[in-house]
Amino acid sequence: MSARPMRNPLLQALAQIGGCGLFLLTLLAAIPRSFKHFRETVRQLWFVGAMSLVIIMVCGLFVGLVLALQLYYVLQIFGGTAASGMVVALAIYRELGPVVTALLFAGRAGTSITAEIGLMRATDQIAAMEMMAVDPVAYVGTPRFLAGLIAMPLLCCVFCAMGILGGHLVGVTWLGIDNGTFWSNMTAAVNLHTDIVNGILLKSLAFGAAVSLIAVYQGFTTPPTSEGVAYATTRTVVASSIAILALDFVLTAFLM
Amino acid sequence: MTDPVRAASDDRTLVRIRGLTTVLNGKTVFDALDLDIPRGKVTAIMGPSGTGKTTLLKHITGQMRGDAGEVRVDGHNVPELSRLQLFELRERIGYLFQNSALLTDFDVFENVAFPLRQHTRLPEELIRNIVLTKLQSVGLRGAARLMPSELSGGMARRVALARAIVFDPMLILYDEPFVGLDPIALNQVLKLIRTLNETLGITSVLVAHELEAIKQVADHIYLIANGKVVAQGDPATIAADGSPWTRQFFGGEADGPVPFQYPAGDYATALGFAEQRA
Ligand SMILES: Nc1ncnc2c1ncn2[C@@H]1O[C@H](COP(=O)(O)OP(=O)(O)OP(=O)(O)O)[C@@H](O)[C@H]1O
Ligand SMILES: [Mg+2]
Repeated sequence: MSARPMRNPLLQALAQIGGCGLFLLTLLAAIPRSFKHFRETVRQLWFVGAMSLVIIMVCGLFVGLVLALQLYYVLQIFGGTAASGMVVALAIYRELGPVVTALLFAGRAGTSITAEIGLMRATDQIAAMEMMAVDPVAYVGTPRFLAGLIAMPLLCCVFCAMGILGGHLVGVTWLGIDNGTFWSNMTAAVNLHTDIVNGILLKSLAFGAAVSLIAVYQGFTTPPTSEGVAYATTRTVVASSIAILALDFVLTAFLM
Repeated sequence: MTDPVRAASDDRTLVRIRGLTTVLNGKTVFDALDLDIPRGKVTAIMGPSGTGKTTLLKHITGQMRGDAGEVRVDGHNVPELSRLQLFELRERIGYLFQNSALLTDFDVFENVAFPLRQHTRLPEELIRNIVLTKLQSVGLRGAARLMPSELSGGMARRVALARAIVFDPMLILYDEPFVGLDPIALNQVLKLIRTLNETLGITSVLVAHELEAIKQVADHIYLIANGKVVAQGDPATIAADGSPWTRQFFGGEADGPVPFQYPAGDYATALGFAEQRA
Protein backbone atom coordinates (compact mmCIF):
# COMPACT_ATOMS: atom_id res chain seq x y z
CA MET A 1 0.00 0.00 0.00
CA SER A 2 1.88 3.01 1.31
CA ALA A 3 5.52 3.61 0.55
CA ARG A 4 8.18 2.05 2.73
CA PRO A 5 8.54 4.20 5.85
CA MET A 6 11.67 6.31 5.73
CA ARG A 7 14.20 5.71 8.47
CA ASN A 8 16.72 8.33 7.44
CA PRO A 9 15.90 11.52 9.38
CA LEU A 10 17.54 13.71 6.76
CA LEU A 11 15.35 12.25 4.02
CA GLN A 12 12.36 12.55 6.30
CA ALA A 13 13.05 16.24 6.89
CA LEU A 14 13.53 16.83 3.17
CA ALA A 15 10.28 15.01 2.41
CA GLN A 16 8.48 17.19 4.95
CA ILE A 17 9.88 20.36 3.41
CA GLY A 18 8.88 19.18 -0.05
CA GLY A 19 5.43 18.21 1.14
CA CYS A 20 5.07 21.57 2.83
CA GLY A 21 6.01 23.38 -0.38
CA LEU A 22 3.45 21.44 -2.41
CA PHE A 23 0.85 22.03 0.26
CA LEU A 24 1.52 25.78 0.03
CA LEU A 25 0.54 25.62 -3.64
CA THR A 26 -2.67 23.79 -2.70
CA LEU A 27 -3.46 26.42 -0.08
CA LEU A 28 -2.79 29.28 -2.49
CA ALA A 29 -4.82 27.63 -5.24
CA ALA A 30 -7.74 27.38 -2.81
CA ILE A 31 -7.73 31.13 -2.04
CA PRO A 32 -10.35 32.03 -4.69
CA ARG A 33 -12.63 29.26 -3.44
CA SER A 34 -12.08 30.29 0.18
CA PHE A 35 -13.59 33.74 -0.53
CA LYS A 36 -16.88 31.88 -0.32
CA HIS A 37 -16.00 31.15 3.29
CA PHE A 38 -15.07 34.73 4.10
CA ARG A 39 -16.86 34.57 7.44
CA GLU A 40 -14.75 31.59 8.39
CA THR A 41 -11.58 33.60 7.68
CA VAL A 42 -12.84 36.41 9.90
CA ARG A 43 -13.68 33.92 12.65
CA GLN A 44 -10.16 32.46 12.44
CA LEU A 45 -8.66 35.93 12.46
CA TRP A 46 -10.44 36.43 15.76
CA PHE A 47 -9.11 33.14 17.14
CA VAL A 48 -5.48 33.45 16.08
CA GLY A 49 -5.23 37.25 16.21
CA ALA A 50 -7.45 38.78 18.83
CA MET A 51 -7.07 35.85 21.21
CA SER A 52 -3.26 36.16 21.05
CA LEU A 53 -3.33 39.85 21.97
CA VAL A 54 -2.89 39.48 25.71
CA ILE A 55 0.16 37.25 25.60
CA ILE A 56 1.73 39.43 22.88
CA MET A 57 1.13 42.63 24.86
CA VAL A 58 2.45 41.24 28.14
CA CYS A 59 5.54 39.75 26.53
CA GLY A 60 6.19 42.90 24.50
CA LEU A 61 6.06 45.00 27.65
CA PHE A 62 8.51 42.77 29.50
CA VAL A 63 10.93 42.61 26.58
CA GLY A 64 10.94 46.43 26.47
CA LEU A 65 11.43 46.69 30.21
CA VAL A 66 14.36 44.31 30.35
CA LEU A 67 15.96 45.67 27.19
CA ALA A 68 15.99 49.24 28.52
CA LEU A 69 17.42 48.06 31.82
CA GLN A 70 20.26 46.13 30.19
CA LEU A 71 21.03 48.94 27.74
CA TYR A 72 21.07 51.55 30.46
CA TYR A 73 23.63 49.46 32.31
CA VAL A 74 25.87 49.07 29.27
CA LEU A 75 25.43 52.59 27.91
CA GLN A 76 26.21 54.33 31.16
CA ILE A 77 29.76 52.90 30.94
CA PHE A 78 30.24 55.15 27.93
CA GLY A 79 28.07 57.91 29.29
CA GLY A 80 25.62 57.35 26.47
CA THR A 81 22.38 56.60 28.33
CA ALA A 82 20.61 59.22 26.23
CA ALA A 83 20.78 56.80 23.32
CA SER A 84 18.83 54.04 25.07
CA GLY A 85 15.49 55.03 23.54
CA MET A 86 16.98 54.80 20.09
CA VAL A 87 18.67 51.44 20.69
CA VAL A 88 15.57 49.95 22.28
CA ALA A 89 13.54 50.99 19.23
CA LEU A 90 16.02 49.68 16.68
CA ALA A 91 16.48 46.35 18.45
CA ILE A 92 12.76 45.83 18.74
CA TYR A 93 11.79 46.97 15.24
CA ARG A 94 14.53 45.13 13.43
CA GLU A 95 14.84 41.88 15.38
CA LEU A 96 13.05 41.26 18.63
CA GLY A 97 9.59 42.40 17.57
CA PRO A 98 9.10 40.16 14.55
CA VAL A 99 11.08 37.19 15.92
CA VAL A 100 9.63 37.05 19.42
CA THR A 101 6.10 37.71 18.15
CA ALA A 102 6.48 34.87 15.65
CA LEU A 103 7.82 32.48 18.28
CA LEU A 104 4.95 33.34 20.62
CA PHE A 105 2.50 33.06 17.75
CA ALA A 106 3.79 29.59 16.91
CA GLY A 107 3.31 28.50 20.50
CA ARG A 108 -0.06 30.13 21.02
CA ALA A 109 -1.84 29.94 17.64
CA GLY A 110 0.21 27.47 15.59
CA THR A 111 -0.22 24.63 18.04
CA SER A 112 -3.94 25.19 18.37
CA ILE A 113 -4.37 25.21 14.59
CA THR A 114 -2.48 21.93 14.25
CA ALA A 115 -4.30 20.24 17.12
CA GLU A 116 -7.68 21.45 15.91
CA ILE A 117 -7.24 20.20 12.35
CA GLY A 118 -5.71 16.93 13.55
CA LEU A 119 -8.66 16.29 15.86
CA MET A 120 -11.13 17.24 13.13
CA ARG A 121 -9.57 14.51 11.02
CA ALA A 122 -9.55 12.02 13.88
CA THR A 123 -13.29 12.55 14.41
CA ASP A 124 -14.14 12.31 10.69
CA GLN A 125 -15.20 15.96 10.51
CA ILE A 126 -12.92 16.56 7.55
CA ALA A 127 -14.29 13.45 5.84
CA ALA A 128 -17.81 14.70 6.57
CA MET A 129 -17.01 18.01 4.83
CA GLU A 130 -15.67 16.11 1.84
CA MET A 131 -18.92 14.16 1.78
CA MET A 132 -20.98 17.35 1.91
CA ALA A 133 -19.01 18.55 -1.11
CA VAL A 134 -17.19 21.21 0.89
CA ASP A 135 -13.48 21.39 0.11
CA PRO A 136 -11.69 21.07 3.49
CA VAL A 137 -8.61 22.90 2.22
CA ALA A 138 -10.69 25.88 1.15
CA TYR A 139 -12.90 25.78 4.23
CA VAL A 140 -10.46 24.80 6.98
CA GLY A 141 -6.93 25.26 5.62
CA THR A 142 -6.82 28.50 3.66
CA PRO A 143 -8.85 30.60 6.15
CA ARG A 144 -6.41 29.68 8.92
CA PHE A 145 -3.42 30.33 6.69
CA LEU A 146 -4.74 33.74 5.64
CA ALA A 147 -5.69 34.60 9.21
CA GLY A 148 -2.13 33.86 10.34
CA LEU A 149 -0.73 35.91 7.47
CA ILE A 150 -2.89 38.93 8.36
CA ALA A 151 -2.59 38.63 12.12
CA MET A 152 1.20 38.44 12.35
CA PRO A 153 2.11 41.97 11.17
CA LEU A 154 -0.67 43.42 13.33
CA LEU A 155 0.41 41.49 16.40
CA CYS A 156 4.00 42.51 15.69
CA CYS A 157 3.00 46.19 15.69
CA VAL A 158 1.28 45.74 19.03
CA PHE A 159 4.33 43.94 20.39
CA CYS A 160 6.63 46.75 19.23
CA ALA A 161 4.41 49.46 20.70
CA MET A 162 4.32 47.67 24.04
CA GLY A 163 8.10 47.18 23.88
CA ILE A 164 8.70 50.88 23.36
CA LEU A 165 6.30 51.63 26.17
CA GLY A 166 8.26 49.27 28.43
CA GLY A 167 11.52 50.94 27.41
CA HIS A 168 10.02 54.32 28.18
CA LEU A 169 8.81 53.18 31.59
CA VAL A 170 12.25 51.97 32.64
CA GLY A 171 14.35 54.60 30.87
CA VAL A 172 12.34 57.75 31.51
CA THR A 173 10.02 57.07 34.41
CA TRP A 174 12.36 54.96 36.50
CA LEU A 175 15.97 55.78 35.55
CA GLY A 176 15.37 59.42 34.74
CA ILE A 177 16.47 59.82 31.11
CA ASP A 178 15.05 63.05 29.74
CA ASN A 179 11.72 62.44 28.02
CA GLY A 180 12.48 64.70 25.05
CA THR A 181 15.90 63.14 24.49
CA PHE A 182 14.40 59.65 24.59
CA TRP A 183 11.87 60.37 21.84
CA SER A 184 13.92 62.68 19.64
CA ASN A 185 16.90 60.31 19.53
CA MET A 186 14.52 57.55 18.57
CA THR A 187 12.76 59.44 15.80
CA ALA A 188 16.08 60.62 14.40
CA ALA A 189 17.54 57.11 14.21
CA VAL A 190 14.61 55.04 13.00
CA ASN A 191 14.32 54.80 9.22
CA LEU A 192 10.89 54.11 7.79
CA HIS A 193 12.10 51.86 4.99
CA THR A 194 14.87 49.76 6.54
CA ASP A 195 13.47 49.51 10.05
CA ILE A 196 9.70 49.65 9.85
CA VAL A 197 8.87 48.27 6.40
CA ASN A 198 11.68 45.72 6.14
CA GLY A 199 11.71 44.95 9.83
CA ILE A 200 8.19 44.86 11.09
CA LEU A 201 6.22 44.40 7.92
CA LEU A 202 8.29 42.16 5.69
CA LYS A 203 9.73 39.93 8.34
CA SER A 204 6.48 39.38 10.15
CA LEU A 205 4.67 38.66 6.89
CA ALA A 206 7.28 36.04 6.07
CA PHE A 207 7.14 34.57 9.57
CA GLY A 208 3.36 34.60 9.61
CA ALA A 209 3.27 32.72 6.31
CA ALA A 210 5.83 30.18 7.53
CA VAL A 211 4.20 29.51 10.90
CA SER A 212 0.65 29.18 9.63
CA LEU A 213 1.75 27.07 6.67
CA ILE A 214 3.60 24.69 8.97
CA ALA A 215 0.71 24.54 11.45
CA VAL A 216 -1.93 23.83 8.80
CA TYR A 217 0.31 21.35 6.98
CA GLN A 218 1.05 19.39 10.15
CA GLY A 219 -2.62 19.26 11.00
CA PHE A 220 -3.60 17.97 7.57
CA THR A 221 -0.86 15.36 7.25
CA THR A 222 -0.49 13.83 10.70
CA PRO A 223 -1.97 10.37 11.32
CA PRO A 224 -5.47 11.06 12.72
CA THR A 225 -4.86 9.53 16.15
CA SER A 226 -4.23 10.96 19.64
CA GLU A 227 -0.56 10.12 19.32
CA GLY A 228 -0.34 11.59 15.82
CA VAL A 229 -1.93 14.86 16.95
CA ALA A 230 0.43 15.09 19.93
CA TYR A 231 3.47 14.60 17.71
CA ALA A 232 2.21 17.03 15.12
CA THR A 233 1.72 19.76 17.73
CA THR A 234 5.31 19.34 18.89
CA ARG A 235 6.58 19.30 15.33
CA THR A 236 4.72 22.55 14.62
CA VAL A 237 6.61 24.34 17.40
CA VAL A 238 9.98 22.83 16.52
CA ALA A 239 9.69 23.36 12.77
CA SER A 240 8.24 26.86 13.18
CA SER A 241 11.02 27.96 15.53
CA ILE A 242 13.71 26.73 13.17
CA ALA A 243 11.96 28.25 10.17
CA ILE A 244 11.57 31.61 11.93
CA LEU A 245 15.21 31.89 12.98
CA ALA A 246 16.57 30.65 9.67
CA LEU A 247 14.32 32.98 7.68
CA ASP A 248 15.33 35.81 9.99
CA PHE A 249 18.97 35.32 9.15
CA VAL A 250 18.31 35.13 5.42
CA LEU A 251 16.05 38.17 5.40
CA THR A 252 18.43 40.22 7.53
CA ALA A 253 21.36 39.32 5.29
CA PHE A 254 19.55 40.27 2.10
CA LEU A 255 17.45 43.23 3.16
CA MET A 256 19.45 45.27 5.61
CA MET B 1 -29.00 14.79 -26.04
CA THR B 2 -28.20 11.28 -24.89
CA ASP B 3 -25.18 10.60 -22.80
CA PRO B 4 -23.93 7.17 -23.95
CA VAL B 5 -22.62 6.32 -20.48
CA ARG B 6 -25.88 7.32 -18.86
CA ALA B 7 -27.83 5.33 -21.43
CA ALA B 8 -25.68 2.27 -20.84
CA SER B 9 -26.71 2.20 -17.21
CA ASP B 10 -30.07 0.66 -16.58
CA ASP B 11 -32.61 3.34 -15.69
CA ARG B 12 -33.85 1.29 -12.80
CA THR B 13 -30.40 0.88 -11.29
CA LEU B 14 -28.88 3.86 -9.50
CA VAL B 15 -25.66 2.23 -8.32
CA ARG B 16 -24.07 -0.50 -10.36
CA ILE B 17 -20.91 -2.18 -9.10
CA ARG B 18 -19.08 -4.59 -11.36
CA GLY B 19 -15.97 -6.63 -10.57
CA LEU B 20 -14.91 -4.39 -7.71
CA THR B 21 -11.67 -5.66 -6.22
CA THR B 22 -10.01 -3.93 -3.30
CA VAL B 23 -6.97 -4.99 -1.33
CA LEU B 24 -6.20 -3.11 1.89
CA ASN B 25 -2.99 -3.86 3.76
CA GLY B 26 -2.72 -7.22 1.99
CA LYS B 27 -6.28 -8.21 2.93
CA THR B 28 -8.70 -8.74 0.05
CA VAL B 29 -11.74 -6.77 1.17
CA PHE B 30 -13.65 -7.10 -2.11
CA ASP B 31 -13.09 -9.92 -4.52
CA ALA B 32 -14.75 -9.12 -7.87
CA LEU B 33 -17.88 -7.87 -6.15
CA ASP B 34 -21.02 -7.33 -8.26
CA LEU B 35 -23.91 -5.42 -6.74
CA ASP B 36 -26.85 -3.35 -7.99
CA ILE B 37 -28.83 -0.82 -6.03
CA PRO B 38 -32.24 -0.19 -7.54
CA ARG B 39 -33.53 3.34 -7.96
CA GLY B 40 -36.22 4.47 -5.54
CA LYS B 41 -35.93 1.44 -3.28
CA VAL B 42 -34.53 0.75 0.18
CA THR B 43 -31.62 -1.63 -0.05
CA ALA B 44 -30.00 -3.15 3.01
CA ILE B 45 -26.43 -4.36 3.11
CA MET B 46 -25.61 -6.81 5.86
CA GLY B 47 -22.60 -8.85 6.75
CA PRO B 48 -20.28 -9.69 9.57
CA SER B 49 -18.27 -6.92 11.21
CA GLY B 50 -15.19 -6.08 9.22
CA THR B 51 -16.36 -7.43 5.86
CA GLY B 52 -16.21 -4.02 4.29
CA LYS B 53 -19.68 -2.54 4.44
CA THR B 54 -18.38 0.89 5.42
CA THR B 55 -15.65 0.48 2.82
CA LEU B 56 -18.30 -0.26 0.20
CA LEU B 57 -20.14 2.98 1.00
CA LYS B 58 -16.82 4.82 0.73
CA HIS B 59 -16.33 3.38 -2.74
CA ILE B 60 -19.79 4.53 -3.79
CA THR B 61 -19.03 8.09 -2.69
CA GLY B 62 -15.50 8.13 -4.04
CA GLN B 63 -13.80 8.50 -0.66
CA MET B 64 -11.88 5.35 -1.54
CA ARG B 65 -10.92 3.77 -4.84
CA GLY B 66 -10.76 0.08 -5.59
CA ASP B 67 -7.85 -1.65 -7.31
CA ALA B 68 -10.07 -2.86 -10.16
CA GLY B 69 -13.64 -2.82 -11.33
CA GLU B 70 -16.18 -0.09 -11.76
CA VAL B 71 -18.60 1.71 -9.51
CA ARG B 72 -21.30 3.54 -11.45
CA VAL B 73 -23.54 5.99 -9.65
CA ASP B 74 -26.28 7.46 -11.81
CA GLY B 75 -24.23 6.51 -14.84
CA HIS B 76 -20.95 8.10 -13.72
CA ASN B 77 -17.98 5.85 -13.10
CA VAL B 78 -16.94 7.17 -9.68
CA PRO B 79 -13.22 6.25 -9.72
CA GLU B 80 -12.77 8.23 -12.95
CA LEU B 81 -14.50 11.43 -11.85
CA SER B 82 -12.47 14.57 -11.31
CA ARG B 83 -12.62 16.18 -7.90
CA LEU B 84 -15.07 18.78 -9.13
CA GLN B 85 -17.38 16.21 -10.70
CA LEU B 86 -17.14 14.13 -7.55
CA PHE B 87 -18.24 17.13 -5.50
CA GLU B 88 -21.17 17.71 -7.87
CA LEU B 89 -22.19 14.10 -7.40
CA ARG B 90 -21.81 14.28 -3.62
CA GLU B 91 -24.14 17.26 -3.44
CA ARG B 92 -26.83 14.80 -4.43
CA ILE B 93 -25.81 12.12 -1.93
CA GLY B 94 -26.56 12.14 1.79
CA TYR B 95 -24.16 10.17 3.96
CA LEU B 96 -24.65 9.14 7.56
CA PHE B 97 -21.26 8.43 9.10
CA GLN B 98 -20.87 5.43 11.36
CA ASN B 99 -19.60 7.77 14.10
CA SER B 100 -21.90 10.76 13.39
CA ALA B 101 -19.00 13.13 12.53
CA LEU B 102 -20.79 16.33 13.61
CA LEU B 103 -18.81 19.56 13.34
CA THR B 104 -17.86 20.33 16.94
CA ASP B 105 -17.55 24.09 16.32
CA PHE B 106 -21.25 24.47 15.56
CA ASP B 107 -24.43 23.74 17.48
CA VAL B 108 -27.03 21.24 16.34
CA PHE B 109 -28.95 23.77 14.25
CA GLU B 110 -25.86 25.00 12.41
CA ASN B 111 -24.69 21.44 11.83
CA VAL B 112 -27.90 20.59 10.04
CA ALA B 113 -27.90 23.93 8.23
CA PHE B 114 -24.27 23.53 7.14
CA PRO B 115 -24.89 21.87 3.73
CA LEU B 116 -27.62 24.42 2.93
CA ARG B 117 -25.42 27.37 3.82
CA GLN B 118 -22.52 25.98 1.79
CA HIS B 119 -24.40 25.21 -1.39
CA THR B 120 -27.42 27.51 -1.52
CA ARG B 121 -28.25 31.16 -1.01
CA LEU B 122 -31.62 30.56 0.59
CA PRO B 123 -33.08 33.27 2.81
CA GLU B 124 -32.45 32.75 6.50
CA GLU B 125 -36.12 32.17 7.23
CA LEU B 126 -36.35 29.31 4.74
CA ILE B 127 -33.16 27.70 6.07
CA ARG B 128 -34.64 27.94 9.54
CA ASN B 129 -37.84 26.23 8.46
CA ILE B 130 -36.07 23.44 6.59
CA VAL B 131 -33.70 22.75 9.47
CA LEU B 132 -36.43 22.76 12.09
CA THR B 133 -38.58 20.42 9.98
CA LYS B 134 -35.72 17.97 9.66
CA LEU B 135 -34.93 18.21 13.36
CA GLN B 136 -38.59 17.68 14.20
CA SER B 137 -38.61 14.52 12.09
CA VAL B 138 -35.81 13.04 14.21
CA GLY B 139 -37.40 14.33 17.42
CA LEU B 140 -34.71 16.88 18.27
CA ARG B 141 -36.22 20.26 17.44
CA GLY B 142 -35.87 21.18 21.11
CA ALA B 143 -32.16 20.39 21.04
CA ALA B 144 -31.41 22.85 18.23
CA ARG B 145 -29.16 25.04 20.35
CA LEU B 146 -27.15 22.30 22.06
CA MET B 147 -23.51 21.75 21.11
CA PRO B 148 -22.45 18.30 19.80
CA SER B 149 -20.50 17.67 23.01
CA GLU B 150 -23.76 18.01 24.96
CA LEU B 151 -25.53 15.23 23.03
CA SER B 152 -25.78 11.56 23.85
CA GLY B 153 -24.57 9.06 21.25
CA GLY B 154 -28.08 8.30 20.03
CA MET B 155 -28.97 12.00 19.80
CA ALA B 156 -25.79 12.74 17.83
CA ARG B 157 -26.74 9.92 15.46
CA ARG B 158 -30.14 11.48 14.85
CA VAL B 159 -28.65 14.93 14.28
CA ALA B 160 -26.28 13.40 11.76
CA LEU B 161 -29.29 11.77 10.14
CA ALA B 162 -31.09 15.10 9.93
CA ARG B 163 -27.98 16.60 8.32
CA ALA B 164 -27.73 13.78 5.80
CA ILE B 165 -31.31 14.33 4.61
CA VAL B 166 -31.42 18.12 4.75
CA PHE B 167 -30.92 18.43 0.99
CA ASP B 168 -33.48 15.73 0.09
CA PRO B 169 -30.75 14.02 -1.94
CA MET B 170 -31.30 11.43 -4.65
CA LEU B 171 -29.38 8.81 -2.68
CA ILE B 172 -28.89 8.41 1.05
CA LEU B 173 -26.29 6.08 2.49
CA TYR B 174 -26.91 5.18 6.11
CA ASP B 175 -23.99 3.56 7.92
CA GLU B 176 -25.56 1.85 10.93
CA PRO B 177 -28.39 4.31 11.59
CA PHE B 178 -29.95 2.25 14.39
CA VAL B 179 -26.96 2.01 16.71
CA GLY B 180 -27.66 3.51 20.12
CA LEU B 181 -31.34 4.24 19.45
CA ASP B 182 -34.02 3.30 21.97
CA PRO B 183 -37.07 1.42 20.59
CA ILE B 184 -39.11 4.62 20.21
CA ALA B 185 -36.41 6.52 18.35
CA LEU B 186 -35.70 3.42 16.28
CA ASN B 187 -39.30 3.26 15.19
CA GLN B 188 -39.27 6.94 14.31
CA VAL B 189 -36.12 6.55 12.25
CA LEU B 190 -37.58 3.53 10.47
CA LYS B 191 -40.68 5.53 9.65
CA LEU B 192 -38.53 8.42 8.49
CA ILE B 193 -36.54 6.23 6.11
CA ARG B 194 -39.77 4.79 4.70
CA THR B 195 -41.38 8.21 4.36
CA LEU B 196 -38.39 9.70 2.57
CA ASN B 197 -38.43 6.76 0.24
CA GLU B 198 -42.16 6.77 -0.44
CA THR B 199 -42.89 10.50 -0.62
CA LEU B 200 -39.71 11.76 -2.29
CA GLY B 201 -38.62 8.57 -4.01
CA ILE B 202 -35.20 8.77 -2.43
CA THR B 203 -33.03 5.72 -2.94
CA SER B 204 -31.71 4.48 0.39
CA VAL B 205 -28.86 2.18 1.23
CA LEU B 206 -28.84 0.86 4.75
CA VAL B 207 -25.92 -0.80 6.43
CA ALA B 208 -27.18 -2.34 9.64
CA HIS B 209 -27.13 -5.42 11.81
CA GLU B 210 -30.69 -5.27 13.14
CA LEU B 211 -32.53 -7.88 11.06
CA GLU B 212 -35.95 -7.17 12.58
CA ALA B 213 -35.69 -3.46 11.78
CA ILE B 214 -34.38 -4.12 8.31
CA LYS B 215 -37.24 -6.51 7.54
CA GLN B 216 -39.63 -3.62 8.11
CA VAL B 217 -38.05 -1.15 5.70
CA ALA B 218 -35.86 -2.91 3.18
CA ASP B 219 -37.06 -3.92 -0.25
CA HIS B 220 -33.91 -5.86 -0.96
CA ILE B 221 -31.17 -7.31 1.21
CA TYR B 222 -27.59 -8.12 0.27
CA LEU B 223 -25.52 -10.33 2.52
CA ILE B 224 -21.81 -9.76 1.99
CA ALA B 225 -19.05 -12.04 3.28
CA ASN B 226 -15.52 -12.80 2.15
CA GLY B 227 -15.59 -9.95 -0.35
CA LYS B 228 -18.57 -11.27 -2.28
CA VAL B 229 -22.34 -11.17 -2.22
CA VAL B 230 -23.24 -14.52 -0.71
CA ALA B 231 -27.00 -14.10 -0.56
CA GLN B 232 -29.60 -11.61 -1.73
CA GLY B 233 -33.30 -11.16 -2.10
CA ASP B 234 -36.28 -9.49 -0.48
CA PRO B 235 -36.59 -9.92 3.28
CA ALA B 236 -39.03 -12.84 3.07
CA THR B 237 -36.91 -14.75 0.56
CA ILE B 238 -33.70 -14.23 2.46
CA ALA B 239 -35.23 -15.30 5.76
CA ALA B 240 -36.64 -18.45 4.19
CA ASP B 241 -33.48 -19.09 2.19
CA GLY B 242 -31.86 -22.23 3.52
CA SER B 243 -28.30 -21.52 2.33
CA PRO B 244 -25.57 -22.13 4.91
CA TRP B 245 -24.61 -18.43 4.74
CA THR B 246 -27.97 -17.05 5.74
CA ARG B 247 -28.65 -19.84 8.22
CA GLN B 248 -25.42 -19.15 10.00
CA PHE B 249 -25.50 -15.36 9.82
CA PHE B 250 -29.06 -14.87 10.97
CA GLY B 251 -28.82 -17.81 13.38
CA GLY B 252 -25.76 -16.21 14.95
CA GLU B 253 -23.61 -19.34 14.96
CA ALA B 254 -19.85 -18.97 15.24
CA ASP B 255 -19.08 -21.91 12.98
CA GLY B 256 -20.03 -22.02 9.33
CA PRO B 257 -18.99 -20.44 6.06
CA VAL B 258 -19.08 -16.87 7.50
CA PRO B 259 -15.83 -16.35 9.40
CA PHE B 260 -16.17 -14.88 12.89
CA GLN B 261 -12.39 -14.59 13.34
CA TYR B 262 -10.32 -12.00 11.52
CA PRO B 263 -7.86 -14.03 9.39
CA ALA B 264 -5.05 -15.21 11.68
CA GLY B 265 -2.50 -17.96 12.17
CA ASP B 266 -3.08 -21.06 14.22
CA TYR B 267 -4.57 -20.21 17.63
CA ALA B 268 -2.59 -22.81 19.57
CA THR B 269 0.68 -21.67 18.03
CA ALA B 270 -0.09 -18.05 18.90
CA LEU B 271 -0.62 -19.01 22.54
CA GLY B 272 2.55 -21.07 22.53
CA PHE B 273 0.81 -24.43 23.06
CA ALA B 274 1.69 -25.95 19.72
CA GLU B 275 4.74 -27.89 20.93
CA GLN B 276 3.00 -29.35 23.96
CA ARG B 277 0.13 -30.55 21.80
CA ALA B 278 2.42 -32.19 19.26
N1 LIG C 1 -7.99 2.66 5.87
C1 LIG C 1 -7.86 1.32 5.96
N2 LIG C 1 -6.64 0.77 5.81
C2 LIG C 1 -6.49 -0.57 5.87
N3 LIG C 1 -7.47 -1.44 6.09
C3 LIG C 1 -8.71 -0.95 6.27
C4 LIG C 1 -8.96 0.46 6.22
N4 LIG C 1 -10.27 0.66 6.41
C5 LIG C 1 -10.80 -0.55 6.60
N5 LIG C 1 -9.87 -1.52 6.51
C6 LIG C 1 -10.11 -2.97 6.62
O1 LIG C 1 -11.16 -3.26 5.75
C7 LIG C 1 -12.04 -4.20 6.33
C8 LIG C 1 -13.46 -3.68 6.25
O2 LIG C 1 -13.64 -2.58 7.10
P1 LIG C 1 -15.05 -1.85 7.23
O3 LIG C 1 -14.88 -0.71 8.14
O4 LIG C 1 -15.54 -1.54 5.86
O5 LIG C 1 -15.93 -2.99 7.89
P2 LIG C 1 -17.49 -3.00 8.19
O6 LIG C 1 -18.08 -4.07 7.36
O7 LIG C 1 -18.06 -1.63 8.04
O8 LIG C 1 -17.53 -3.46 9.71
P3 LIG C 1 -18.49 -2.96 10.91
O9 LIG C 1 -19.76 -3.70 10.75
O10 LIG C 1 -17.76 -3.40 12.12
O11 LIG C 1 -18.62 -1.49 10.80
C9 LIG C 1 -11.55 -4.44 7.74
O12 LIG C 1 -10.95 -5.71 7.76
C10 LIG C 1 -10.54 -3.38 8.01
O13 LIG C 1 -9.48 -3.93 8.75
MG1 LIG D 1 -18.72 -0.19 9.31
